[in-house]
Amino acid sequence: MLELQNICFRADDKDILTDVNLKIDDKFVAITGPNGSGKSTLLKVIMGINEPTSGRVIFDGEDITDLPVNERAKRGLSFAFQQPVKFKGLRVRDLLTIASGSKMDLDRDCSFLKAVGLCPRDYIDREINDTLSGGEMKRIEIAMAAAKGGKMSLFDEPEAGIDLWSFNSLIDVFENLREKTDGNILIISHQERILEIADKIVYLKDGKVARYDTAEVIMDEFGMRRGRGCKCAHGMEGESCNG
Amino acid sequence: MDDIQKRILKEVAELDALPVGAFNIRANGESAARNTTANIDIVTKEDKPGIDIIIKDGTKNESCHIPVIISKTGLKECVYNDFFIGDNCDVTIVAGCGISNCGSHDSAHDGIHSFHVGKNSKVKYIERHYGEGTGTGKRFMNPTTEVELGEGSTMDMDTSQIAGINDTYRITKADISKDAMLIIHDKILTNEDQTAKAELICNLDGENSRADIVSRGVAKGDSVQDVIIDISGNNKCYGHAECDSIIMDRGVIVATPKLKASCVDASLVHEAAIGKIAGEQITKLMTLGLTEQEAEAKIIEGFLR
Ligand SMILES: Nc1ncnc2c1ncn2[C@@H]1O[C@H](COP(=O)(O)OP(=O)(O)OP(=O)(O)O)[C@@H](O)[C@H]1O
Ligand SMILES: [Mg+2]
Repeated sequence: MLELQNICFRADDKDILTDVNLKIDDKFVAITGPNGSGKSTLLKVIMGINEPTSGRVIFDGEDITDLPVNERAKRGLSFAFQQPVKFKGLRVRDLLTIASGSKMDLDRDCSFLKAVGLCPRDYIDREINDTLSGGEMKRIEIAMAAAKGGKMSLFDEPEAGIDLWSFNSLIDVFENLREKTDGNILIISHQERILEIADKIVYLKDGKVARYDTAEVIMDEFGMRRGRGCKCAHGMEGESCNG
Repeated sequence: MDDIQKRILKEVAELDALPVGAFNIRANGESAARNTTANIDIVTKEDKPGIDIIIKDGTKNESCHIPVIISKTGLKECVYNDFFIGDNCDVTIVAGCGISNCGSHDSAHDGIHSFHVGKNSKVKYIERHYGEGTGTGKRFMNPTTEVELGEGSTMDMDTSQIAGINDTYRITKADISKDAMLIIHDKILTNEDQTAKAELICNLDGENSRADIVSRGVAKGDSVQDVIIDISGNNKCYGHAECDSIIMDRGVIVATPKLKASCVDASLVHEAAIGKIAGEQITKLMTLGLTEQEAEAKIIEGFLR
């Protein structure tokens, strides 16, 4: 499905990605690794937002390295930003309509908002600007990527900033995406609950692929499981609370 | 009305047919259609071109449309429209002017609107300016709007000039009484070698008066815009001025928010920003499948909504 060949990315005289080689064919693949290891940069190289210094990106058998972002979108890639972009004047419904690539369909657009736990009536006409909270912005970003859909959806830490109480339903969103859509998902995450539903995990470190294996193996190897029965300040005893 | 006039009417007033409620349609310097209601009277001025619109106390949920259409090349006019709005009203007024000039002579419309709003009334004012035409004749518009806002009243003005006017100089002046509030959303898009100048002047004279004035401009091509928002706080009041602009190509924008306070309890703020379209906004829309040009158009459409 997706193949990265010898991807390098340099900026400010720094090697941010060094010789990344990856073949992604599984339905649900997670990328994890320390802050600053190059995860977001890698995802942006796949989408065409960052141009690699060298290397090729092959999607569905086609070399897309030189294609602009919108051509990649047309070929079935969708993207949810770690820091969602804000606008002035454009509303949630405008972007959902653009994302679904067809005429405005209120029922359809509302269903995407419902899926991310936002009451459609309250949000469909909201402007995508500074008045939205961080968590609301992240949910809308996920809804847009889901509305866009396609062969492969790229999510950059979609769960960051989402409150614990809504976290479970968000996991459902991804489990649903995984089961119901015929597209693949590539997701950057630090969360155990997301990592454990992945088929495979890429562990990125210092701009290099340090490990790439099944979720089971990687999570054990790096001690990514917290174990059950957390008794932290969030008081979610008996559950893995991710806090 | 002919097809050109009907199309312009749609551009400036979003009307496909004659509106309900009171209206006066002025086409090529003459009154083309008029309707009055039990509460809204429209009277032709005797001494100069224009009309008086008289709205009775307590008029609620009524509207008045007064679009102006010019489709004759070379027509230049100066029109005076005076609104007398009573107490305790809740009305919507839709004004606007469209010029279609396919000839070689310049066409111009100078509209002088004055509003006398009584106490505790709510007025929504919508004004659109639009020009089109393939001829060499230019299209000019110089609207002046003067507002006297009575105690406890609110006026919400939505004014825009979206396309096709070669040169404009718009002046809006408002005096705000006790507990009254003025809201202005002004939008201008210029292109090619068009020029636009706007002055939005507001005197917060009454105690607890408020003003929220937002101007958004987009200058494309070689066009030039000059926007001044000028708020004076002469009492315990709150005023907010915001000039927000996007420049493209070789466009030029001068934005001047000006505040004057002559009372220690006046609270006035201003913001001004000019820049090109944020690259990340274009990128975001491209991830949803739009080309760079489509993305720019969408962003501007939203910005000027
Ligand atoms: N255009 C750029 N110019 C200079 N440095 C950059 C640029 N883009 C990324 N970097 C640097 O590259 C490194 C990797 O950034 P990236 O955003 O990919 O990290 P990340 O793995 O997503 O981190 P996090 O977990 O914090 O989101 C960081 O040190 C960052 O500061
Ligand atoms: Mg990141």
